[in-house]
Order: sequence, then C-alpha cells, then structure tokens
Amino acid sequence: MDYSQFLALKQEIGLLIVFLLVFLYDTFAPRKSQGALPVISTVLMLVLTLWGFCPEVKADAVAFAGMYVSSPVMVAIKNILNVGVVIVLIQSIKWANSEFTSVRRGEFYELILLTLLGMYFMISSRHFLMFIIGLETASLPLCALVAFDKNRYESHEAAIKYVLTAVFSSAVLLMGLSYVYGLTGSLYYADIALFCSTNMSVMMIVALAFVMAGFGFKISLVPFHLWTADVYQGAPTSVTSYLSVISKGSAAFAFLVVLTQVFGTLYSEAWEWMLYALIILTITVGNLFAMRQVNMKRFLAFSSISQAGYIMLAVIGDNAMGVSALMFYVLVYVFSNLAAFGVIGAIENASGKLLMTDYNGLYKTNPRLAFTMMLAMFSLAGIPPFAGFFSKFFVFTSALNGTNSVALYVLVLIALINTIISLYYYLLVVKAMFINDSEQPIATFRSACSERLGMWICVAGIIGLGIISYFYNYLLTIG
Amino acid sequence: MDITLIWYLVPALVMFCCGVYGFLTRRNMIAMLISLELMLNAVDINFVVFNRYLFPGTNDGWMFTLFGIAIAAAETALAIAIIINLFRVSKNIDVADTTQMKH
Repeated sequence: MDYSQFLALKQEIGLLIVFLLVFLYDTFAPRKSQGALPVISTVLMLVLTLWGFCPEVKADAVAFAGMYVSSPVMVAIKNILNVGVVIVLIQSIKWANSEFTSVRRGEFYELILLTLLGMYFMISSRHFLMFIIGLETASLPLCALVAFDKNRYESHEAAIKYVLTAVFSSAVLLMGLSYVYGLTGSLYYADIALFCSTNMSVMMIVALAFVMAGFGFKISLVPFHLWTADVYQGAPTSVTSYLSVISKGSAAFAFLVVLTQVFGTLYSEAWEWMLYALIILTITVGNLFAMRQVNMKRFLAFSSISQAGYIMLAVIGDNAMGVSALMFYVLVYVFSNLAAFGVIGAIENASGKLLMTDYNGLYKTNPRLAFTMMLAMFSLAGIPPFAGFFSKFFVFTSALNGTNSVALYVLVLIALINTIISLYYYLLVVKAMFINDSEQPIATFRSACSERLGMWICVAGIIGLGIISYFYNYLLTIG
Repeated sequence: MDITLIWYLVPALVMFCCGVYGFLTRRNMIAMLISLELMLNAVDINFVVFNRYLFPGTNDGWMFTLFGIAIAAAETALAIAIIINLFRVSKNIDVADTTQMKH
C-alpha cells in the first residue's frame, strides 16, 4: 500500500490532530487549567485555518483508489468552512465558560471538530460509501450537540426532532443509493456518471428523486424543511449558528458535487425541473413564514431556509461559474449570518431575551450591537455595497450564464421578487432596533471581549467581501 | 421454484414502505425508531441482494451493508439516548405532546 497518498488528506489529518489535542487536554489537564480549553481550541482551529491557506494547492490529489479527491476547489470550500468554525468558536467562548456549560464544554469542542471532519470527507468523497460515512459523521454528533443544554426542555425536543428527521432522510438517501448500485454495480461517482451517459433508465430518475429528498432534508429545502425552525430555536445559540452556516454550506456543496458529477447527464431530463420546483418553493415559503416570526432564532431559521433556496440557484445553472458563485455565497453567508447570531447570542447571554419585541429601542441602549445587526440584516437582504448584494448577484448570473431558457429567466425573476419580499422582514428587525420605542429596553451592557472580536471579524467580512473583488476573482479562477 | 432477484426486492420495498408508514403514523418515539430501523434494514437487504445476484464477485454491496449496519446502530444508540434524556425532563415520549415549540 502506498502510504504517501495520506499526504492528500492534509486538512483532514490536521483537523484530526487538532481534535486529538483538544481531547487530550480536556481529559488530562489539571482542573485549574481547564478554563483555558475554549481559548486553546479556538487558537488551534485558527492555526489549522491558516495552515489550510498556506501552501497553495495547484493540482488534484487522489487517495484510496479514487475514493477521495482533493482539488483546489475542495481546499477552498474547506477553508471557508474553517473560517466559519473559527468565528463560531470565538463567539461561543463566553457561553462555554458560563457556569452551567463549563462542566461539559469539552464535549462541545470535540463534537464540533468531529462533525467538521465528517463534512470534509463528505465534500471530498468520490465514492458513495465514503460519502455516507462522512454524512453520518457530520450529522450524528450534531444531534448530540443540539441536545447540549441538558436541563432545558426545548433542547431535548429540538434534538429528538432533529435526530428522527436526520435518520429518516439518510434512510431515504440510502434507499436511492441502493437502486443506483443495483443499476450500475459501482458506487464510484465516475462509474455512475458513465452509466448515466450511455443508458437512460427510469429507475435512475427514481433513485435521483430519493437522493434529492435526502439532501433536501440536510439543506432544509421546502418541503423537507419542517425540522428547521424547531431545531434552530431549541438548540443552544452557538450550536444553532454552527448548524445554520457550516452544516448547511457543506451539505450544499456536496449536493452540487453529487448532482454535477454523478447525475450530470440527467440535467435536462430530470433534476433541472426537480430543483426548479424546490427552489421556487424554498425561497417563497421560507420568506412567507419568516414574516410572521417573533422569536429571533426562529426568524433566522426561516431566513436561512430561503437563503438555502438562493444557494441552490448556483447549482441549477449547471456550469463552472456556479461552483464559484456557490462558494462565494457560502462565504458571505458565513459572515452575515454569524454576525446576526453573534448579536443574538450576546444579548441572550446578557439578558436572556430572544423576542423581536425585546429588541425595540436597542439602538438607544446598545448602539454598536444594533449597528452590527443592521449590517448583518442588510447583507442578508442583499443591499449594496455589502457583501450580500454581490453574492446574490453572482448567484443570479451563474443561473443564467450561457442559457437561453425562458424558464430560468422566470426563476431568477421570482427569486428577485422574493428578495424584495425578504427586505420587508429583515428591515422589521432594523425598524424594531432603531425606530420603535420601548418601555423596558435591553439594558446597556458591555459584551465579552470574545463576542466583540467575533462580531468585528464578521463586520469586516461583510464590508470587505463587498468592496474587495479579490476573493471572488480567486474563487472564479479555481472554479 | 427459482428464487430470483425480485423475490428479495419486493419484500425489501414493502419493508421500506412499512417503515415510512410507521414513521408517519406512530406517535410513540420508540415505535418511530423501530420504523426507521425497518427502513435502514430494507436498504441493507437491497445492497446485499444486488451484490449477490447482479454483481457476484465484487465487494461494494456487502461492504456497504456492513457500514450501513454500523451506522444504523450508531443512530439508534444516539436516538435512544436523546429519548431517555427527554423522558427524564418531561416524563413523556409521545410526539403529539412534544410540541412546545410550535407557532
């Protein structure tokens, strides 16, 4: 066996080392130095992130007889996920050191790093066995994380809803894969694609529908979104932010890889129309339900559902530009959504308040938090010059790139109208903070140093990605 | 009488559909978990049978089944742990009553 192929797994091995260090520290460090665990984990993760950028990858690397592929695109999406995880970890330092969480905080970091490892393998796999293992490694620890607040009833309710839907969706996905295997006799992406290009089989389309349903659950596309709001609301805020950006971003990228590399030749026969319907439903339903939410976490859950629809717009174009557009969208989404969750988490830690009416008059008491939240909302809604505008713009462009299909133009038109609708509910939050008056506004407080750092990074990302074109150009050259 | 491929595929599909039906209609979480197990086991049968009848001599199918069994076991362990925790907090594992977060 050629052991040098393990060098292709550079980031995976790095992450495994980080995980082991955190695990050993958590297990063996003396009690009085345990308090440093959150900072140590964050710093280790930061080192890993920088390491991922450091030697630029030029060529594809293959390992395990083609089951695993690492290309510049894969490295880039993993780096984006790493950046998101670092921000999540920075923002959760205060929560992890709080009295209630601190006894079990080691588990939080270990499980988060393990799910990330699963996502790496899910993204890089070129064989469905490797893919399923990655998917399960990514989703099972997340179920445990959702149930992290042991004494809070909502956390358990969210966890049971999440675990049941996650297992159900993977069972559906596996059923689809079993038929794919029965038709082709192989689980390699390339072999299945070869089969699809020469044979036209109804069974393959049925299998594709199963696979799409399975992915739909993971990315929370309508009509598979029913778990999302409850899980987001019930989970601890740090876990919710992780779930909404990292988990969703990696699943969306894996979905893109599977659709284009495995079922690429079935594009016009089958999945263009399936995805078309899913996108329209996802964007519209997500928007309409987001309008009537009063709990901020539920509100962001429905907003993230509609954002998932926009991410899928990058897939439906079925071209190389879509890959770059998707990665850029995920990158911007990481910064915008984490800024929003950072503010929500800081306010929750300080005052325990989560309702939108609690945010009335926030500007008068905590102007900086209100300002950060406003930037996040503007970026999520897509107002120039913030990054969200450009990510939406590139996603729309990639959907229409090189096509004359009227249907796709109609789709983008619907998405545009929905952007305007979404502006309404994003601005509701801004209105609550800046215009509405409140008898009892949230008292002025100074958020923890770590929370402020996390928010500063997010604000820098929202503005920087909007005005500096380097990042998108880089993604375009490797995509 | 020859036992052909279809003799295995139809029961597996029926098992899968029973699992889906049970998952959607049962209100007890343990029963829902059993339904999920039915679905996962139907998948395992499919893989092994395809391997045995259509692609004898290859390893993909039965290897996948081994991993599938392990994954199903891990999922069940996790789900039962969460159900036990939920029972400790609320003394109830009926999904119809687990609806505090519904607006």
